[in-house]
Amino acid sequence: MKKFLTCCSALSMIVAQAASVQAAEMLTELGDPEGQVNIVAWPGYLERGETDPKFDWVTKFEEESGCKVQIKTANTSDEMVALMNEGGFDLVTASGDASLRLIAGKRVQPVNVDLVPSWSTVDDRLKEAKWHTVDGVHYGVPYMWGPNVLMYNTEAFAEPPKSWNVVFEEMTLSDGKSNKGRVQAYDGPIHIADAANYLMTHKPELGIVSPYELNADQYAAALDLLRQQRALVSRYWHDAFIQIDDFKNEGVVASGSWPFQVNLLQGEDLPIASTIPEEGATGWADTTMMHAEAENPTCSYLWMEHTLSSNLMSDLAVWFGANPAVPAACTDGRGMQTAEGCTRNGMDDFEKIKFWTTPVSKCDSQEQCVPYYRWVSDYIGVIGGR
Amino acid sequence: MTVLAPAILPPGGGVLARLSDLFWRRPSVLLAVLLGPPVLWLGVIYLGSLLALLAQSFFSIDEFSGLIQYEWTLKTYGELLHPANLDIILRTVLMAATVTLAAAVIAFPIAYYAARYARGRWKALFYLGIMLPLWSSYLVKVYAWKLILAKEGILNWIFAKLHMTWLLDAVLGIPVIGGNSLSVSYIGTFLVFLYVWLPFMILPVQAALERVPVSLLEASADQGGGPRQTFRHVTFPLALPGVIAGSIFTFSLTLGDYIIPQIVGSSRLFIGQAVYAHQGTAGNIPLAAAFTVVPIVIMGFYLWGAKRMGAFDAL
Repeated sequence: MKKFLTCCSALSMIVAQAASVQAAEMLTELGDPEGQVNIVAWPGYLERGETDPKFDWVTKFEEESGCKVQIKTANTSDEMVALMNEGGFDLVTASGDASLRLIAGKRVQPVNVDLVPSWSTVDDRLKEAKWHTVDGVHYGVPYMWGPNVLMYNTEAFAEPPKSWNVVFEEMTLSDGKSNKGRVQAYDGPIHIADAANYLMTHKPELGIVSPYELNADQYAAALDLLRQQRALVSRYWHDAFIQIDDFKNEGVVASGSWPFQVNLLQGEDLPIASTIPEEGATGWADTTMMHAEAENPTCSYLWMEHTLSSNLMSDLAVWFGANPAVPAACTDGRGMQTAEGCTRNGMDDFEKIKFWTTPVSKCDSQEQCVPYYRWVSDYIGVIGGR
Repeated sequence: MTVLAPAILPPGGGVLARLSDLFWRRPSVLLAVLLGPPVLWLGVIYLGSLLALLAQSFFSIDEFSGLIQYEWTLKTYGELLHPANLDIILRTVLMAATVTLAAAVIAFPIAYYAARYARGRWKALFYLGIMLPLWSSYLVKVYAWKLILAKEGILNWIFAKLHMTWLLDAVLGIPVIGGNSLSVSYIGTFLVFLYVWLPFMILPVQAALERVPVSLLEASADQGGGPRQTFRHVTFPLALPGVIAGSIFTFSLTLGDYIIPQIVGSSRLFIGQAVYAHQGTAGNIPLAAAFTVVPIVIMGFYLWGAKRMGAFDAL
């Protein structure tokens, strides 16, 4: 979800391997559990009660299915792709920017949704999502998703900010002071998409269709907006806990953020709230995908079923400040999440969210788009004051 | 008839015994066996990976597809000269130079006192005081400094209590190095660098000062040299190799660090962060490799200069 793109050597490896590996066949029936399942996951995604005894969605699965869960955490999408290329894993919780790469590289196999009884409970909005469904074939089971919300300090804002302009334009906030030096932005090139998203509403003449597909002119306009933002931002945020600290000790009052930070700050009774402004927001969505040569297919299917049917979705949504792929997990009391909690995490704002995808030069909406590696070098320039 | 014992004993049995004989007869074999593994380790693992990295910097990335083209070219080095990238290099080198200078200025009196005047328990205390920060985690120290320097942090509070906030504001008002608060300005980054690397300057300087013979100082005094002259013509030149050795640490450590500027500072990149961003997230390994070459070249020159100044004579 957070970090991106093509470790080029990894990509070339995929291309080389794509020729040798034929498309894996879809499983048609389950056998006996193999006794274990190896999962590559984001940190904090698979908890067995070791961090906090209240948060455990692995132990019960192991007892019931007899499949021992072995977890390998990965910090970036690149790492996930690299681990899956290496092999030896059964499942991965891939974000939108990794999932299509894995499918294109034939590193994951189609998933037979008939073998996942709870598939019908999956959010209809996610069932056919284009980051895991290619030509009508499902390559995974939706896991979690979340928006990049606008977090703000309620003492500086008398009412929730209606627009992202509070982080892009200089203005006087309702506490009478300027926002200069009191707002933050994400320290990752993908933040260019947030600027493009803002321009979609405020400069419709640019004709931006997707914030991840920008031609040279649209891209230049987004960079100009970010240069203007640079004058307002003292420090960009990179690490969730540093951002939390900046809101507490550095006088920061508004920033794009994740519900994770909002929940933690509210948990300390600080005057913090979040909103999704009228322009909408960017966001991330993860999918449980199965390796093309998974050695433990039965346990893998049992795990996928477990993700949808157990307390996992509900408790993880609380733990991570994200939204479950199964809407019922918000309300039916299978875990700790409640309807209010889901609303707070942005469950009702799905339509407003443009999910992270990797910018590529061959894009759908226009002839030629600016590829991601340019985003990286140019964003470095913008932060450096160029 | 008596059987005479042979003058030369038959070779002892067993592999170990024969091996021992071989080592005794051919010392070069022993040397090869002892040195082989570490040399292989250095050559293959260390230098090999370094060379593999250097080789990457002569490839380039395709403008449109973002794929690496495996053809020899200097295009990537050309990219280093783009204004944004030159900024990064210049910023890092300037920061490393300032940190080194300041560390030398602060470390010298401390090291001088510790080497010349501190005795017994005081000396132990000095060593402890200098080494103690090295015992705690680097990250803990950096995060602690973030809290100290924060807008609502300890330092600001002290300045407010002393009614000196105007002074802090004036300092922060300086263009370029100032900022919204200490923790988001170059001054803050500088202070943290200085704190974290200071022990690496004090220890070599102290060692160098301890080696200055007292008799030389007495001789200088006998010849009528005042304290100032003695310092300028005797103590300082003899301690200089220590200062230079210390500066190698502070300079190279600042040059390569990518964590401090990320936690304390204005988000403007330093070389280490640029390498991390280009190889980790952008997949632009050639540019990342070219960036890595920069500190290697700078340090090469630095070490060459340091050698000429005699920093390694005492090794």
